[in-house]
Order: sequence, then structure tokens, then C-alpha cells
Amino acid sequence: MILSNLESVPGKTISTHLGIVQGSTVRAKHIGRDIAASLKNLVGGELKGYSELLVDSREEAIRRMVQQAEAKGANAVLNVRFTTSMVAAGASEILAYGSAVIVE
Amino acid sequence: MWIELWQVGLVLGLLAVGFTFGTIAERRHYRSILRREDELRDVVAVAAKTVPPLSPPPQIHLVQGSVVVSVDYFKRMLATLHKIFGGRVRSYESLIDRARREAMLRMQAQARRLGARLVFNVRVETSAISQGSRGGIGSVEVLAYGTAVIDREASANIAGT
Repeated sequence: MILSNLESVPGKTISTHLGIVQGSTVRAKHIGRDIAASLKNLVGGELKGYSELLVDSREEAIRRMVQQAEAKGANAVLNVRFTTSMVAAGASEILAYGSAVIVE
Repeated sequence: MWIELWQVGLVLGLLAVGFTFGTIAERRHYRSILRREDELRDVVAVAAKTVPPLSPPPQIHLVQGSVVVSVDYFKRMLATLHKIFGGRVRSYESLIDRARREAMLRMQAQARRLGARLVFNVRVETSAISQGSRGGIGSVEVLAYGTAVIDREASANIAGT
């Protein structure tokens, strides 16, 4: 599976468009991380716990997107975009989407 | 009376802690950013969308880097004051700047691990992931992503010379 945010794959041509595929996940931070983060809020800087959490969730979102693409018989997802939004206090949604295509 | 004094003391204490450790951490972070930007200078990240025709066709790979940062107590207070008068909020500017450069560096580091020297179509996205008290920014996530172009031949040429 080729993943890219370009509109085409260099050296290959798109033979079939299979439509949009997407994967998303909503994650809440657990309370331990929240407490650690609120302490870190005092001195500022990187919140490692949250960084890791969001990296994990993004991987999950990509995995779901790839599953959808595979189900459609695609071998590449192009023009991949990510968005993050806060859906409720303490929970964020991560969405990955792109167009599933067959390239040759 | 004593309770109020204690509260004022606590706030002042928190301000001092925030200022001292926040400033130290920020300086250290900027030093590390500058050092790593030098090291990763050879991984070129561009916003261009089209990859020039290369032969043999390169492999491509989605790369990304992200970071969640938070502002310290002192700067948060300063920003609250800034909000009354308006204008530039310097204390948040440096926060976002650090986060963006850090995210970009992590993306470039991933590209280098894959053996790529070019990253195309770089996008940067910023989002507030938790609201701070009084409606201010709590913490901000910055994500940088792009497509790493792994060109074995070019890499070999550069390595060979």
C-alpha cells in the first residue's frame, strides 16, 4: 500500500479511482496523564504523554483508512490529509482521509 | 486575611516557578532546535506538489512529525494581560514557533531514517487539543506531514562524491 499526500505516484499512472477512504479515532486522555500534564502546564514545554497519545491515535486512524482502501481493492491512497479536532473537553478526534486508487 | 495572603503567595510562587523553569526550558529547547536544524539541513522539505521526473522512479513514503506543547504559568498570565490591551502576544508566538519547528524536525528525522533527502508537499497543521482555564489555550498540537521521496540513485551519488 502506497500512502502519500501527493496527487500522483511518480513513475506510475493511476488506472482506477475508487473514491474517498477515511479512518478516524476519538481518544480521551486518561486521568494519570491529565494530572502529569497539569503539572507540566506550570512550567510549559512539551507534554510527552499527549504527544505519544496523538501519535498512537494517528497511526490507528491511518490503519483504519488503509483497511478501507484494501477492502476496495486499492493499492495506494493519495492526497492523504489529517485533521485533529476537539470533540469534547479532554477528547480529540483524529481523522485521516485520502483517495483510494489503483496505480500501475 | 491570612488565607488571602496565602493565596497571593501561592500565585506569586507559581508565577516564579513558571517564569524560571519555563525560561530555562525554552532556552534549552531553542538550542536543541538550532542544533538539529543544522544536522538535518540535507533533508530538504518543500511545499511543492510535483516531483520532478526521476529515473528510476523513486519510492515514496508518507512521513509525519508531531508535538504537543503547553505554555507555562507565567506566560499564560502575561497573555491574559495581553488580551486586555490586544496586539501581539509574544509569549504565545514563541510557543507555537518552537512547536512548529520541532514537528518539522521530527518529520525530517523520519525521512532521513527512511533514506530520503527530499520531502514534498509539506503541510503544517495546528490545533488546540485542550482548552485552558478562562478560555485560553491550554495545549497546542502541531503536526507536520509530507511525502518523502526516496531516490536511491541520487542518494548513492551524493554518498559517492
